[in-house]
Amino acid sequence: MFHYYLDLALRSLKRNKMLTALMVLAIALGIGASMTTLTVLHVLSGDPLPGRSAQLYYPQLDPQDMDGYREGGDPPAQVSWIDGMNLLRAKRADRQALMTGGAVPIQPAQASMEPFFEDARYTTADFFPMFDVPFLYGRGWGGADDEAKARVVVISRKLNDKLFGGKDSTGQTLRINDAAFRIVGVLDSWRPAPHFYDLNTGSYSDNEGVFVPLATSRDLKLSRNGSMDCWGKGSGGEDNLEAATCVWLQFWVRLDSPAKAAAYMDYLLHYSQEQKALGRFVRPPNVRLNDLMGWLDVNKVVPGDVRLQVWLAFGFLLVCLVNTVGLMLAKFLRRGPELGVRRALGASRHAVFAQLLVEAGTIGLAGGIAGLLLSLLGLWLVRKQPSDYAALAHLDVAMLLVTFLLALAASLLAGLLPAWRACQVTPALQLKSN
Amino acid sequence: MRMHPILAALRRHKSGVALIALQIALTLAIVCNAVFIIGQRIERLNRPTGVDEDNLFVITQRYVGAPSGDDAASLEKLDAMERTDLDALRRLPDVASVAYASALPLSDGMWTGGIGLKPAQQDESAHAAYFAVDERALDTLGLRLVAGRAFTAADIEHHGMRGERKPAIVIVTKALADKLFPQGDAVGKTVYLDDDSTPSTIVGVVERLQISGGHNHAAWADTFAWNSVLEPLRIDFAYARYAVRAKPGRLAEAMRAVAPALYAVNPMRVLDDEASVQSFADIRADAYQADRGMAILMGIVCLILLAVTAAGIVGLTSFWVGQRHRQIGVRRALGARRGDILRYFQAENLMIAVFGSFAGVLLALGLNLWLMRHYEMARLPVAYVLSGLLLVLLLGQCAVLGPARRAARIPPIVATRAA
Repeated sequence: MFHYYLDLALRSLKRNKMLTALMVLAIALGIGASMTTLTVLHVLSGDPLPGRSAQLYYPQLDPQDMDGYREGGDPPAQVSWIDGMNLLRAKRADRQALMTGGAVPIQPAQASMEPFFEDARYTTADFFPMFDVPFLYGRGWGGADDEAKARVVVISRKLNDKLFGGKDSTGQTLRINDAAFRIVGVLDSWRPAPHFYDLNTGSYSDNEGVFVPLATSRDLKLSRNGSMDCWGKGSGGEDNLEAATCVWLQFWVRLDSPAKAAAYMDYLLHYSQEQKALGRFVRPPNVRLNDLMGWLDVNKVVPGDVRLQVWLAFGFLLVCLVNTVGLMLAKFLRRGPELGVRRALGASRHAVFAQLLVEAGTIGLAGGIAGLLLSLLGLWLVRKQPSDYAALAHLDVAMLLVTFLLALAASLLAGLLPAWRACQVTPALQLKSN
Repeated sequence: MRMHPILAALRRHKSGVALIALQIALTLAIVCNAVFIIGQRIERLNRPTGVDEDNLFVITQRYVGAPSGDDAASLEKLDAMERTDLDALRRLPDVASVAYASALPLSDGMWTGGIGLKPAQQDESAHAAYFAVDERALDTLGLRLVAGRAFTAADIEHHGMRGERKPAIVIVTKALADKLFPQGDAVGKTVYLDDDSTPSTIVGVVERLQISGGHNHAAWADTFAWNSVLEPLRIDFAYARYAVRAKPGRLAEAMRAVAPALYAVNPMRVLDDEASVQSFADIRADAYQADRGMAILMGIVCLILLAVTAAGIVGLTSFWVGQRHRQIGVRRALGARRGDILRYFQAENLMIAVFGSFAGVLLALGLNLWLMRHYEMARLPVAYVLSGLLLVLLLGQCAVLGPARRAARIPPIVATRAA
């Protein structure tokens, strides 16, 4: 029966090309707009480290003085050097890394290349295994390198392509800010989105090209980027940040089970109490331990504009659907005589209803395909934009499926009322008036 | 024209009428709010910053292997390097004026703090952004002094990044001066930067200077967008930023001359990427790209939305015209003129549209309330709603014109034929 209905649907659609085109176009525009914006939202609110993110946590402490104290307030979004180092050395988590961002001048060995700046991450050895960072050549540095303030560096694949033509550069020397560094590893392509581990340097920015041990960066006074919050007499100058009452570092831990997370939370509390007893902390202990996705939520990384665009697009889809319902209603009711004949010849109301829904579904499918093309066009336009998440806007298989389901569901929904109304025809009346 | 027959006819097409009305209502609600958002964004990105934007460009450069700035001697050396750069730029033929400036309006490098009226005040009296500038900044940026005096060369101090910064004197914007001293007598008064206990005396007031970096934290930064504090200070650091005003019409030439001139002074610097020498127009475009993109997107969606709604009206009215073919013929045969038929369909559409747009106004206000709660929107002004209302009524009339004229062309003779 389905084939017969399909045949009827195609005939009917061919009979009034203008109206068919109008309906398909309306659905396509609605689907195209919704899917473009939904894909952008999907990409931006995605999990930067699928399969791993549930075990990553971001501890927060409150080391500030009583100035501006408010009960129940949030602790600072970063940690100070002293607390970061204490937590790092305590090694209470399965993995832990302390880090901050910066930018360093790279002086290429080739005479043909001018010095240029590259974004850098100053961090500790666990960064690479903790975040499952993929390596193309070599590996990250070890804890001993952190202690020794070793002049070692891990570079991104992009930088390796630029400087060494993509060849294995491990063991070679890279001059950074007038100091010689030994390359120990080259990353494979890796761009977690959002740039979760440091949201201060752009939520969706590209990865750093250079990774240097944190202790080495302090030793060589490599310049630091990102946000810093100080209190008290905390503006001790950029060179004395180790002792300053300022928070400027990000600290991440990996805790493999919920029980360990609970234990770590206790540890943070104990640590705060201990620091208070020592007189370093003044405020009542105020600690947080968000997991990765929770931390992204707290920071509202997805731009409000992107959410607004999704609402706008779905409002648009709704209007397109109402439009399609109206057009379909007109079309189906006009075919009263034809449907009357079918009913008189013995087709049940159900059968007529099914036939009309097949027609609606056909329109939906056509609209879905056209809508898919439109969303590909829309995403291409998004990628042309200069925003830092632009390059991420691609349609994946899941969203492709969603597109078709949405188009089909939307058009069937749009077909329901018209089909039901058209089924109500009394065959005798229709036959008589003819 | 009597309304009764129209209403009677509409009652026989309840679902069609409801659908058109619903579509008009939704369109009105979305278009009103979208146009309002567009209006707000355009207003935002057209705000003048207070500087001479047409001729201004900015150099952001970094020395490689520069003195560390750890001790007084190396600070002096860094300062001398910066002054040499400034001199070299000043000698360029297309350059009108050059100044040291830690940041510019809309540029990156946001540096803010609370301003207090008493020493070590607990709650700040105003929040403001700081600019470290030298004595030529007012001239270079084209700022208008409305009270007091500008900085002189003798006022300018210099020290390292985040060194102890206690400016004895500052220049503030009029917006900040009015907020701190509503009597308008800010010059000569003291303020405490960062709620510190060291006083700074206000020596001058400039008319307008937008803060830097605000576009990255729009909602928060818009609360103090015009509160700027100028400090007489050159920061000795490997990064240095110079503001340059080109002679009128010579912006491109001046920008091209920068890199060779600075490399000739000292080649050990990074000055290569596109952000190193940037015209103010580019800074403005960068800062507002998200707002502009949003406005364009909203505009496109509105246009398509109106087109879809118009197409829907055309489609459904055409159907009705076809359905009432014979009735129209009968009316014509009974003496109705073409104009009567045309006006009938127009009146019918107007009735549906008025009904739909009434619902649409309520929907638009509801949507606006919801947006205000979730997306930091302002209240939708009545003017937007009224113009939206007129727009959809007009749209309906235009859309119905085609089918209505076709209806008017139906000859009276069809009345005599069997349907």
